[in-house]
Amino acid sequence: MDIAPADAERAALVDRLTDIARDLRVMDIRMITEAGSGHPGGTLSAADMIAALFFHKLRLRPEEPEWPNRDRFVLSKGHCIPIVYAAMAKLGYFDEHVLMTLRRVGSPLQGHPDRSRLPGIEASTGSLGQGLSVAVGMALSGKLDDVDWRVYCMMGDGEQQAGQIWEAAMFAGRHGLDNLCGILDYNQVQQTGKVIERLDIEPVVAKWRAFNWHVREIDGHDVGQIVDALDEAELVTGRPTLIVAHTIKGKGVSWMELDPAWHGKAPDEEKAERALAEIRGGD
Amino acid sequence: MGKATRDAFGEAIIRVGGDPRIVVLTGDLRDSTRTEEFAEKYPERFFEVGIAEKNMIGIASGLALSGKVPWVCSFSTFVAGRFEVVRMSVAYQEANVRIVGTHSGIGVGEDGYSQMSLEDLALMRTLPNMAVVNPADAVETERAVEYLVEHRGPAFLRLTRQGVEDVTPPDASFEFGKAVPLRSGTDVAVLATGAPVGEAVKAADALENEGISALVLNVHTIQPLDEEAVLDAASGRTAVVTVEDHSVNGGLGGAVAEVLAANGAHAPLRRVGMRTFGESGSPAELYAKYGLDADGIARSVREALAA
Repeated sequence: MDIAPADAERAALVDRLTDIARDLRVMDIRMITEAGSGHPGGTLSAADMIAALFFHKLRLRPEEPEWPNRDRFVLSKGHCIPIVYAAMAKLGYFDEHVLMTLRRVGSPLQGHPDRSRLPGIEASTGSLGQGLSVAVGMALSGKLDDVDWRVYCMMGDGEQQAGQIWEAAMFAGRHGLDNLCGILDYNQVQQTGKVIERLDIEPVVAKWRAFNWHVREIDGHDVGQIVDALDEAELVTGRPTLIVAHTIKGKGVSWMELDPAWHGKAPDEEKAERALAEIRGGD
Repeated sequence: MGKATRDAFGEAIIRVGGDPRIVVLTGDLRDSTRTEEFAEKYPERFFEVGIAEKNMIGIASGLALSGKVPWVCSFSTFVAGRFEVVRMSVAYQEANVRIVGTHSGIGVGEDGYSQMSLEDLALMRTLPNMAVVNPADAVETERAVEYLVEHRGPAFLRLTRQGVEDVTPPDASFEFGKAVPLRSGTDVAVLATGAPVGEAVKAADALENEGISALVLNVHTIQPLDEEAVLDAASGRTAVVTVEDHSVNGGLGGAVAEVLAANGAHAPLRRVGMRTFGESGSPAELYAKYGLDADGIARSVREALAA
C-alpha cells in the first residue's frame, strides 16, 4: 500500500516525539531519584505533551532564551517542572549534567521553577492556581503589540479547584485571547487522593465552554492526538483554546500509575532502576 | 486641606500615560482609584478585570514579563491584601508591576475597617525587592508616579482616599529612598509617613510654642528605608516618635524599631498608629480618636519626652 508523503512525514514526527517523550521520562526519573525528592507522578503524565510542545510546537531559540518572538510556555503546575528541565537540557538551554543538581543549594534547577535563576523559564510558579493569570497577561501583551508569538499554559486538574483559574478563564474568554492555549493535564490524582474524591471538577469541559473557550478533549498520551490538538488551536480565532488531555498520573511506570503515593515522593535507587527498565522497555 | 493623593495619582498617570508601556488595570474601581480619565484617554491600554484582584495581579505580572509597565489599581487592602499572589506572581518573578493601593488607613472614614488597609506596609515590606512608597501629599505623589515609571522591579504605591495637608513644595524633586526633613529640631525626632505627615508638621509648630524643638522627617519610602536618616534623627535627641496611619507593627514604626535596635541606638521610641481594627467615622474624627491628628501627635511627643 502506498503511503502519501504527508502521512509518512507525520508518522515520522509521531515516532520522533514518542522517542523523545521516553527520553524525557528517563531523564526525569534519574534527576528526581538523584535529588531524593520531587513529584514524579505529574511529570510522567505530562511527558508526552511536553515532548510535543518543546520539540514540535513551541518556536524557541535555546541559544537565545530571551528571543523576543519566542512562544511562551507557563507551567502552572510548577511542581512538575523536572520534565520541562529535561526538555530544556535536551534542547541545549543548559548542559545535561546540570539536571543532576536539581533541588541542590545554588542550583538553577529549583524544586519549582524560578525564572530569575534559569533563563528560558517564563514564569516562576508553584503556588497552584496562579499560572493561567500570568499567561493571560502575556497573551494580552501580545495582542497589544500585535505580535505573532503564542502563549501556552499547562495546568493540573487539582488546581481547577482554585478560584483564580476561573477568574483568568473568564477574562481570557471575554477578551477572545486566541493567542492563548491552555492544556489541562487531567491525570485524575492530586496529592492526597483521586480528584473525583477530593473535589470533583466535572463537568470540566462544559465549564470551560461556558467561559467562551474552544475546548478539545484528547488522550494526552497519544502523540498524534496531541499534535493535532496543538495544530488546531492555532487555527481557532476569537477564543482561547483549552486542550483537555486525559492522562494517567505516573504514566509509564505501572506501579506509579494513579497511585497518589507517587505524587510527591522520589523513588529509591532500586525502584528507580525498575522504573527506568519499564520506561525503556515500553513502547 | 490639600488634595487626596489618589486624585494626584489620577492626574499624574494621565501625564505619563503617553508612554506605550503603561497599562492600567482596575477591579471595578475606576472611579474610586481615579483612573476613569486614563480609561477614556487610553482605552486600548486600560483593562477592567472585574472584581477579581488575584487575577488582576497575575495578569499584570504577565504584562510586565512581556515588557509593559502595568499599574494595578484598587483599594489597598484588596491588592496588598492578596499577598500570596503579590509574593508569588509579582515579587518572585521580579515583575515590573506597580501595585497602587488607594483607601489606605483609617482615613478611609465612614466605610469602616473592611475597606481600610492597616497592614499593607508591613506585608509589602517583607518582600525583599518590593519598593514601598507612601507619599505625604499630592505633589509628592505626582513625583513618585513619574519616578516609578522608570523604576526597575516591583513597587507598591500607597494612597489616600481623603484630602491631606500639603507639605511638599511644588518644585521639590522625589528622591527614592531618602527621607525629607520638613522641620528642624533638637529635642525630639518625629518620623512620619503618608497622610499624617501634615499633622506631624502642625504638631511640631504647636510644640515649638511650648519650647519643644521637634525634627520632622517625611519618610515617603518605607522600603528601602533611609536608615542613615533614622539613625541621625535618633542621635542626640531625647526620643523618637513614629507616626503612620497603619498598624504600629511592621510598618514605619516597626522598621524604625528594627534599625534603632540593630544599631544599638538607645533613644526611647514611641509609635503612633493603630493597635486595633479601624471603625466608621469621619476621617477627622478618627484621626482625633486614634491620636493621628496634630493634637494627638503633640500629646505623644510630650509623653515621649516625659517618659
